[in-house]
Amino acid sequence: MNWALTNYERLLDLVWQHTWISGSAIALGFALALPVGWAAYAMKSSPHGAVRQLSGVTVSLSSVLYTIPSLPLFVIMPTILGLGWLNPINVLIALVIYAFAIMVRGVVDALNAVPPSVLDSAAACGFSRGQRAISVTLPLAGPVMLAALRVVSVSTVSLLSIGALVGVSNLGSLFTNGFNRNFPTEILTGVVLTVALALVFDLLLVAAGRLLMPWNSVVSAGGSA
Amino acid sequence: MSLLEETVAWFSEPAQWSGATGIPWRLAQHIGYTALAVAAAALVAVPLGLYIGHTGRWRNLAVLSTGALRALPTLGLLTLLALQLGIGLSAPIIALAVLCVPPLLAGIYSGLEAVDPATVDAARAQGMTEAHVILRVELPLAMPLIIGGLRSAVLQVIATATVAAFIGVGGLGRYIIDGLAVSDTARVLGGAVVVVILALVIDALFAAAQRLSAHFADPATPTKERHA
Repeated sequence: MNWALTNYERLLDLVWQHTWISGSAIALGFALALPVGWAAYAMKSSPHGAVRQLSGVTVSLSSVLYTIPSLPLFVIMPTILGLGWLNPINVLIALVIYAFAIMVRGVVDALNAVPPSVLDSAAACGFSRGQRAISVTLPLAGPVMLAALRVVSVSTVSLLSIGALVGVSNLGSLFTNGFNRNFPTEILTGVVLTVALALVFDLLLVAAGRLLMPWNSVVSAGGSA
Repeated sequence: MSLLEETVAWFSEPAQWSGATGIPWRLAQHIGYTALAVAAAALVAVPLGLYIGHTGRWRNLAVLSTGALRALPTLGLLTLLALQLGIGLSAPIIALAVLCVPPLLAGIYSGLEAVDPATVDAARAQGMTEAHVILRVELPLAMPLIIGGLRSAVLQVIATATVAAFIGVGGLGRYIIDGLAVSDTARVLGGAVVVVILALVIDALFAAAQRLSAHFADPATPTKERHA
């Protein structure tokens, strides 16, 4: 405890690093997965067989991305992006890839869960395709998307700590530093702060869900992964 | 692309293909750790998963702990256990096993839960004992989901075993951690490529096993993926 109090400035800095890197990765991953997942969903009901196949291929390819182990991806990123080794953008982009990989499937599952009869009635009521997508499909798919996003959020916060091994400073730096100094208190502080940060992100997502979808009690954690 | 050439050159060095620091031995170590950790986790996850899936008791506890464990940072668990247990294989194996209990457990209980209750009742009506119901009805029907859980557990362990090189164990992660320490980029990239290939191959094998077991559970399922 004393150690944490005397080092609070460094801890605060690491919490901030961890927050902005994982927060941007979650947001970017979701922003990319929404249109791609939606396209895969739309292609599934295409009259052309080839386009339907493409939909399945999109979902499987994005799942394959998730099977790439994190440390190798973190060290391959600087070579692909041509950035310096210590640039946090390398780890950020790698985390966006993982978030995207989980989220594409989440978006497709969420859209599939919307009852077709509701979509048909919306069309019968005179909604245009665009209106229907925004005011019928999206709100109805929201709860399942939120459940997937919560899984993304927790795993992103926890994965980022591995970035400390490639020298990107975040709460994981407490693990590497604590191990090198043979100082368990520092590691334990890091674990507690990482779990706490994941919890805060989760609570924020739940709160956002209540705000945006007040008619729906939020789908429980880890509903689809 | 001189970095690419350097990496290719790293692969073509004869030193990479024999001895205790060669790729074959490191690969064997990596697979060995993975098998050991998954087997240790299965000792806990299989009986517990069968109990929860068969009876439906303790389900909420299982769901809750699965979610909580996902938030636990793997590197933190590895370093903390390494400091407590000292250098050796026990710390990394325990940490790897702890991390792969949740996906294994989830695969088993959700697989058993997804079996149609009418089928289970029919099996009982035929005079099957509870053990027979589990072994001959629930397990075969749940197999695709169980293998799915095993698949994510194994991939998780392969990834984390790479990270475990930081606390001093062998395996393919050594190339990355040692290469980073001496700024030998070719070695880092070479090691990374081998781990990625290993993960993709294992994933493909499990995908095939999952399709086969689905065919076994329900012979109407085609063994090859087709889009309806």
